[in-house]
Amino acid sequence: MKYQLEVSNITKSYGDLKANDNVSLNIKSSSIHALLGENGAGKSTLVKIIYGSLAPDSGEMKWADDKYSPKSPFEARENGIAMVFQHFSLFESLTVEENIILGLDSVGLNENFSDEILKYSKQYGLDVNPQQVVGDLSVGARQRVEIIRCLIQNPKLLIMDEPTSVLTPQEVSDLFITLKRLAKDGCAILYISHKLEEVIEICSEATILRDGKLVQSCIPQDHSQKELAEMMIGKKLTELARKNITIGEDIFSINNLSKKSNDIYGVELKNVALKMKKGSIVGIAGVAGNGQDELMELLIGEVTSPAGTLDLNGKDIGHLNSHQRRQLSIFFVPEERLGHGAVPDMSLNENMLLSRPDETEMTKNGVIDWKKVGMHSKDVIEKFDVQTPSSNMLAKSLSGGNLQKFMVGRELIQNPELLIVAQPTWGVDAGSANNIHQALIALADQGSAILIISQDLDEILSLCEQIHVLSEGVLSEAVDMKKDGLEKISQLMVGGEKND
Amino acid sequence: MIKLVPRVENSTLMILLSPLLAMTLTALSAYLIFVYILVDIDVSSVFYTLFVEPLRDSYYFSELLVKAAPLMIIGLGLSIGFRAGIWNIGAEGQFVIGGIAGSAVGLYFYNVEAFWILPLMTIAGILGGMFYAGIAAFLRVKYQVNEILVTLMLTYVAVLFLSAMLQGPLRNPSGFNFPESRLFHDSALLPIIWEGTRLHIGLIVAIILSLIAWFGIKKHMFGMQIKISGSAPRAAKFAGFDDNKTVWYSLLISGGLAGLAGIFEAAGPAGQLTPGLPQFYGFTAIIVAFLARLHPVGVLFSALLIALSYVGGENVQIEYNLPSSITQIFQGMLLFYFLACDILIKYKVVLFKTKN
Repeated sequence: MKYQLEVSNITKSYGDLKANDNVSLNIKSSSIHALLGENGAGKSTLVKIIYGSLAPDSGEMKWADDKYSPKSPFEARENGIAMVFQHFSLFESLTVEENIILGLDSVGLNENFSDEILKYSKQYGLDVNPQQVVGDLSVGARQRVEIIRCLIQNPKLLIMDEPTSVLTPQEVSDLFITLKRLAKDGCAILYISHKLEEVIEICSEATILRDGKLVQSCIPQDHSQKELAEMMIGKKLTELARKNITIGEDIFSINNLSKKSNDIYGVELKNVALKMKKGSIVGIAGVAGNGQDELMELLIGEVTSPAGTLDLNGKDIGHLNSHQRRQLSIFFVPEERLGHGAVPDMSLNENMLLSRPDETEMTKNGVIDWKKVGMHSKDVIEKFDVQTPSSNMLAKSLSGGNLQKFMVGRELIQNPELLIVAQPTWGVDAGSANNIHQALIALADQGSAILIISQDLDEILSLCEQIHVLSEGVLSEAVDMKKDGLEKISQLMVGGEKND
Repeated sequence: MIKLVPRVENSTLMILLSPLLAMTLTALSAYLIFVYILVDIDVSSVFYTLFVEPLRDSYYFSELLVKAAPLMIIGLGLSIGFRAGIWNIGAEGQFVIGGIAGSAVGLYFYNVEAFWILPLMTIAGILGGMFYAGIAAFLRVKYQVNEILVTLMLTYVAVLFLSAMLQGPLRNPSGFNFPESRLFHDSALLPIIWEGTRLHIGLIVAIILSLIAWFGIKKHMFGMQIKISGSAPRAAKFAGFDDNKTVWYSLLISGGLAGLAGIFEAAGPAGQLTPGLPQFYGFTAIIVAFLARLHPVGVLFSALLIALSYVGGENVQIEYNLPSSITQIFQGMLLFYFLACDILIKYKVVLFKTKN
């Protein structure tokens, strides 16, 4: 079988760091090829080289048997390589049609392009309405727009970067149908993901990178998920399991919390109610933008809540700010790392001070004890295996996964009685995610309560005993997993209960 | 071709080098401007009068310190507010109101000789400045009105208010209708710390304040609050800081210090309240704060540098008949080059060949 793209012995260094060290990869036409690896394994570097935005130090590539060394993404596109990025680049105020035309060099804005869009839409089951404004679309629909934008260029190779991280289960299976059809029509797909289950489901080959080096290329179906994960991280994974589930008495409750958002695009929360017991892990599933941010703001105390709506051990805490709440041993990990849970332009030491209950003695009457701060941040760095040369590094210089470990560690080290965490493993590689999950489980085993708000359904399913779904500002009752299961959750996620 | 590439870490070398580079570029540009506009005058002697003479002659040097003191005090306040991303650019107005408030107290007790008069005037000056900046804080917190506009506009109001006061209630009754107040008597004047010059205690106050501010910013949560609010407002909320309080603190501190500088100017070098009280110190202090990279101790040094351009500018005005705007040209160029050179802290210049 002939190869669409052959990548041979690519090396790319940044200073002393070899981001790609002698990496080779061959993609057959009409195949879905997975690129697996942890954060920092060199996946993005390799993709950037293929897509022409980086030049390798050595090594060569062949595109359909011809020598291929793109100088720019433009040249890569000319050759027939298209890419759907993890973060979409769509203009929210423009329509689908306008957005697609803007991505093309050859079509003017006033030309009618809807038919062309609808043609692809039908052919590959990509349901979009060309006249709709992108701002009104769900994340899944936006991704479909991005895909159509790529398909219109008739690519021979489509690169997809973590495509399912933001989709509902239904959207994921729709996407897979599309991808399979595309592959059948002769388009090769390079599928970057860390969700091994998906890789096993749709990819016919997988290339695994670790620390910039090629681990191996294999057929994913020949291996178990666990084996693939262990190849990725280079060590044994610990099974996630709670040793000691002792559900204690009530600790925290949200009582009929309704709140209009201050932001005009925000979601109004309607009668949100939830009860948590000591030692339990409670999950709130749902697609982003259904009130998660608003709920998190209220829980952290960035926005105050009406009297009686937030209750910790019989104490009304709705009027307290986040610092006062931390004194009561509630700690928080927000979803957004840079700019919310951490200040990008400040050092890790300084970032420790965002969460500073009095008992840490990091500050006394407002005076900062930098020695104590340094001790605590060192503690976090060691216990949670944060990769950084020193605690004086700026937060923004850390990789996403490392910063996440730091932020989760900063809160966990306080031994919270109640931990509220949003997207604890967002963009974190499998090994680190495993560590974070274990730390959460250990905390709950100790008798603390944990509330997890996450879009990652697998995460919620594997950790939580009690699962709710947030949709359009409405929180469902706890789902009875034995009776209703995944289907019910899926239905609630798209707001399907109303039709029942 | 030249390309700017982000550095992995901020360059410590450039943090130190960039002010020097900016000064060199300023001097170079000034040289070119002088060569272009000056006929029959030796450019190097103008440079000497501008930059060296104020440092060698003890009178000029004392005047340099006299001008540096208010720049230091105002610059300190602004540097704190700017850290929080609160842009008080109307320190000039707060300076004037502080001057008026303090002077009014001094003039009210015109017949009293007592040690408490000067402290009382000082407090009145600070409160005057705080009140004036407080208007902007109130409007921002309550109605989300932009503080840049409010503080700037209120500056014009303050200057007009000064002239109204000097033509009305604060005018010298036996002053032949000149719009000036009475001369302050001795217990309303600042102590002189260098005999035979106009250098007053304000310089010492500025140094003490800078150390206090340094402590507050480096060692106290207040400094963290200001810094976090300025660079990541959502993180400030996450940390439990009240953003309205940050606005109030920033404006009250910078306004209060501008007011303090105002009354020190009236009770110091001026010795009375005159229409000439505002001398652009409030605006120039913005440059001072930025040249110091908002560092409270750095403000002391950048104020000296800017004061040098004031004194030197006056000198060339007298000796060579050059326009006084020379000073502003210098200050403008210095800030311009400084901001430009600071890019090099976060970015490095890479030369590369273009392939054809």
